[in-house]
Amino acid sequence: MRYAETGYNLEIDLSRGSIERVETDPRETELYLGGLGTNAKILWDRVPPEVEPFSPDNLLIFSTGLLCGTPAPGANRTIVSTISPQTLLMAYSMMGGFWAPELKFAGYDKVIIRGKSPNLVYLWINNDKVEIRDASHLQGKGAIEAAELIKQEINEPKAHVASIGLAGENRVAFASIEQGRSSASRLGVGAVMGDKGLKAIAVRGTKDVNVARPDELLELCNEVLEYIKVRAENPIQGVPPILAGLGSPQEMAVHDEKWHTENFAWGNARHRRKDFWNEEVEKAWTETLENVRERFISCYNCPMKCGATISVPELSVYMMKCYSKLTYTMASMTDLDFGFKIAQLATEHGVDAFSAPQTMAFAVELYEAGILTDEDMPGFPSDAEERFFWLLDRIVRREGIGDILADGTYWAAERIGKGAEEYAHNNIKKHEQLPLKLGMLNPVYFLMYCTGEKANITQIEGQFPQAPFPSREEREEFVKDWIQVPDEKLKQYFVDWELRGDNSIPYYPPIQASCEIVDWMEKMHYIDDATGICAGLSSFPLKPPYHIHNLPRVISSATGIDIDEAELWEITKRNRTLVRAINVRRGMRRQDEKPPEDHWRKRFPELEAKLLDEYYKFKGWNNQGIPTKEILDELDLDYVSEDFLQRGILTDHEGSHYKETSSEKKQK
Amino acid sequence: MSGEKKKKMIKTIKIDVDNCNGCRACEAICSAFHATPKYSSNNPARSRIRVVRDPLKDVFVPVFAGEYTAAECMARDKYVIDGRQYDECAFCRASCPSRDLFKEPDSGLPLKCDLCEDLEDPSLEEPLCVQWCLSDALTYEEREEEVEEEEEPLDELEIGLESLADRYGLEKIMDTLARMSESKKG
Ligand code: SF4
Ligand code: SF4
Ligand code: SF4
Repeated sequence: MRYAETGYNLEIDLSRGSIERVETDPRETELYLGGLGTNAKILWDRVPPEVEPFSPDNLLIFSTGLLCGTPAPGANRTIVSTISPQTLLMAYSMMGGFWAPELKFAGYDKVIIRGKSPNLVYLWINNDKVEIRDASHLQGKGAIEAAELIKQEINEPKAHVASIGLAGENRVAFASIEQGRSSASRLGVGAVMGDKGLKAIAVRGTKDVNVARPDELLELCNEVLEYIKVRAENPIQGVPPILAGLGSPQEMAVHDEKWHTENFAWGNARHRRKDFWNEEVEKAWTETLENVRERFISCYNCPMKCGATISVPELSVYMMKCYSKLTYTMASMTDLDFGFKIAQLATEHGVDAFSAPQTMAFAVELYEAGILTDEDMPGFPSDAEERFFWLLDRIVRREGIGDILADGTYWAAERIGKGAEEYAHNNIKKHEQLPLKLGMLNPVYFLMYCTGEKANITQIEGQFPQAPFPSREEREEFVKDWIQVPDEKLKQYFVDWELRGDNSIPYYPPIQASCEIVDWMEKMHYIDDATGICAGLSSFPLKPPYHIHNLPRVISSATGIDIDEAELWEITKRNRTLVRAINVRRGMRRQDEKPPEDHWRKRFPELEAKLLDEYYKFKGWNNQGIPTKEILDELDLDYVSEDFLQRGILTDHEGSHYKETSSEKKQK
Repeated sequence: MSGEKKKKMIKTIKIDVDNCNGCRACEAICSAFHATPKYSSNNPARSRIRVVRDPLKDVFVPVFAGEYTAAECMARDKYVIDGRQYDECAFCRASCPSRDLFKEPDSGLPLKCDLCEDLEDPSLEEPLCVQWCLSDALTYEEREEEVEEEEEPLDELEIGLESLADRYGLEKIMDTLARMSESKKG
């Protein structure tokens, strides 16, 4: 018997209209666990670098995490992987909600989509019965609207539906896949779904998911729940309220937005408004939120209630969580109630709440700078709110200027020219970033921005505080019950970290310590991405209930695959390296690994180069960020090293990074 | 009826729908508890509590599986609370032919909340769905009540007869019974 997983994938070829149920190899689970890990293996094996994002040969994989459908609290992530139309690299976007557990209960670990349907269809997975159904009547419908219509049509209110809106149908490069209160929105996974002619996947399952050692797993789950209660009563001291608790940032509950509104940049990631927050704003915004928020809601089997149903008068109800509460408001430089209004429309259209507002703010700036004119944008309104509605509408329809903007700021700037590139200033690997513009370089964050494969800071940071606490006493207090650290020395790094002086940024934490801190944080995310446990209970917040000391036992007792901490690190490293390998094979190199030029005002080129050099070495990558033959072979990824040698990405005599450095010299 | 007073434990699970966040943790753990061996599998479709959940309409109603009924009700109920209209039979606990709620997905056999096997396992201080509901939508209460000794639970037949007697008077029922038994013999 297979435990925690079902052992079956669904293979759907939309060009041929074929549906297959395929048994998977249990050995792959041992090597890559599941979720992102096994997705990466499939993409490596089946999507060569020549395949374009909008090719029928590109795969769109909806995967459950390994632990989804077991009682492990918060194990509910769907990991969507494909090749991104925006970065042209591997995209892996995740969503919470209910879809992944439901797919497990239907009897599948993954749905793998290939090909392209000539007309719009949706997939209806009802246990063993799987159908490709016509969706032409759903064309142009909002993502939530379509999901509701599908549930009525199949007469199954308990089905969970992942769907795209107009943006996905029109292949907007930052189109999302929406599902209940969650969405997979980064890197344009919705555009690939639209390109495949797939409007939605509805799923309903009523089968068992088995676990290997029930009593042990249950005990661990109970410990997790107990710890969640402890943390609810003991918020972390010394950090902004938004970072004090567990879960995704509790944006639906928190009224104090001083930290976001004053630390994050407004407009096209330009303006810091350091005295924005005052009593008046707080009062008005509290009222706005209280008025529209109906109820706090959770994902499957999780008590954290990070989301909420939002009901704006005269608009249909939608669901929201996290920072999307503020992105539209801040990008448009308007007010919170506008944010809630446009977010309703944006959710129905299905766009990413980071990239979409940023792209619209970029267009406004270009217009004001005279680079885009009334000729390019006939009828462009003068009111800030109307402008955003106007732009959103054109983008999701790809009408006029919207057709250019729909590719995101990087590609739009390239097409517009006339210096527009200067305005697409907030990207990493062609992907819009959080609007953060800060003073002093932070070495830990520098490494994360450069090397994070997902090109999104929230998907790599966590665990280690973002800034030192002012006094040593406070720091010592913090580390006292810091059971999550993999190694005691990480406590010391934090205790010694000062706001000012020798032990402050940019030279502290020292290079080696920075590498270790980043590596820890990143690994925790890679574990979650394989198990499907929500980052909000694991890799993202400070002092989470899941950590490296209990996760191996959670995984072992659920799956029956016995792994200890060292082995879990090893699997994680394998998955991480494989994701990098896919991107390296698609051309990603050191020159792509950099934060936005203006992310920090004070930059230190020499230190930065050294940080990257050392971190690459630490990871077992050469000076170009390419995993070496040694590390690949050590991780049982010899098929990757063979491919790299064959393609000339690595050469025979540059197995190690030292030799690689000299080969780089040769290139110069 | 008279007689000795006796203490009886009344066990209640209080449901506060306002606190429900729709997470279905209660379903997950209930289904795990009733797996054989215990906790060895998970399947909310086998749970004896179901969260009727329609977020866009703000419907979040945890319902415990109650008695099995062979026939559906003559008329269905439909509640409107605070201006919000709930689906037909939304609050009904019956495992009833009109719907697939509270039936084993394979066999169709009825499911009923047994209060986690009447909390016989001493390690269970509270029902599991209550323990796993960290949002206080479900709370468990026990209280002792004094009851008449005779009040042994009636069996189904007695319940039915008693309700008929309430309606038509005992004499009429007995007449009818006599007539029925005559005609059966004949
Ligand atoms: S922590 Fe929040 S986002 Fe994560 S699973 Fe729980 S409710 Fe969902
Ligand atoms: S566990 Fe509690 S909050 Fe979650 S669905 Fe059940 S009753 Fe609602
Ligand atoms: S009390 Fe026990 S048996 Fe009844 S619904 Fe809750 S978990 Fe299930």
